[in-house]
Amino acid sequence: MNNHILNHLPYKSSFRFVDNISLLSENEVRGEYTLKQDSFFYEDHFAGNPVTPGVIITEIMAQIGLVVLGIFLILKETDLNFDDDENLFPLLTSTDVSFFKMVLPGQKVTVVSKKQYFRFGKLKCYVEMLDSEHELVASGMFSGIIKNIDLKKNG
Amino acid sequence: MTRTEILDELKKVIAPYTTNKEMLASINEQTDLIKDLKINSANLVDIIIDAEAKYDIEIDYDSADKMVNVGTCIDVISEKLNQKA
Repeated sequence: MNNHILNHLPYKSSFRFVDNISLLSENEVRGEYTLKQDSFFYEDHFAGNPVTPGVIITEIMAQIGLVVLGIFLILKETDLNFDDDENLFPLLTSTDVSFFKMVLPGQKVTVVSKKQYFRFGKLKCYVEMLDSEHELVASGMFSGIIKNIDLKKNG
Repeated sequence: MTRTEILDELKKVIAPYTTNKEMLASINEQTDLIKDLKINSANLVDIIIDAEAKYDIEIDYDSADKMVNVGTCIDVISEKLNQKA
């Protein structure tokens, strides 16, 4: 039901880290992703001992926790159409993540994000990642903006 | 509040968002938040939100646009404080 938002995501193939959005509101988003066994980073990180890199964990949290919610809020509050304008893209402006558990190839993770604020085009959220046992994998504060957007004109 | 009083308060608001503590100690009205204090441009939003809470004012889009250096920040804050008074 919420997955129509995924059509607006600018990421393709090997760098898209969202499978499903199970909850989406103005203040909160929850989504899932299953790490692919054959993802490009496992071959070298680490050779013979594949572990999901922290930057990929961070990216999964940002795509679900910030970008999905950010696009939802922009579509709701403005008449901007994301797909028609290739100049518009989301940019991460700061993260502060702590990692608690490793994520291995094939594991399914859930990302839960709670909005702190969305003002002057900046979205700030507290984001948590949980594994299939509902144990905390990572948590942190994420912020991002949409590059080249003019909210004053459109908002 | 005088401009000097606002400037002293503003230093405390800015402090968490700059690593350039030496520059912060010696800021004046011409100090540029991004170029001189090396503040992440998206964190200007946090400074604006913190300033709103501190002074109990509301800063709109047009005012926020003006807040690029210490002097223009003081302009906006004193203007909003006067509107409130």
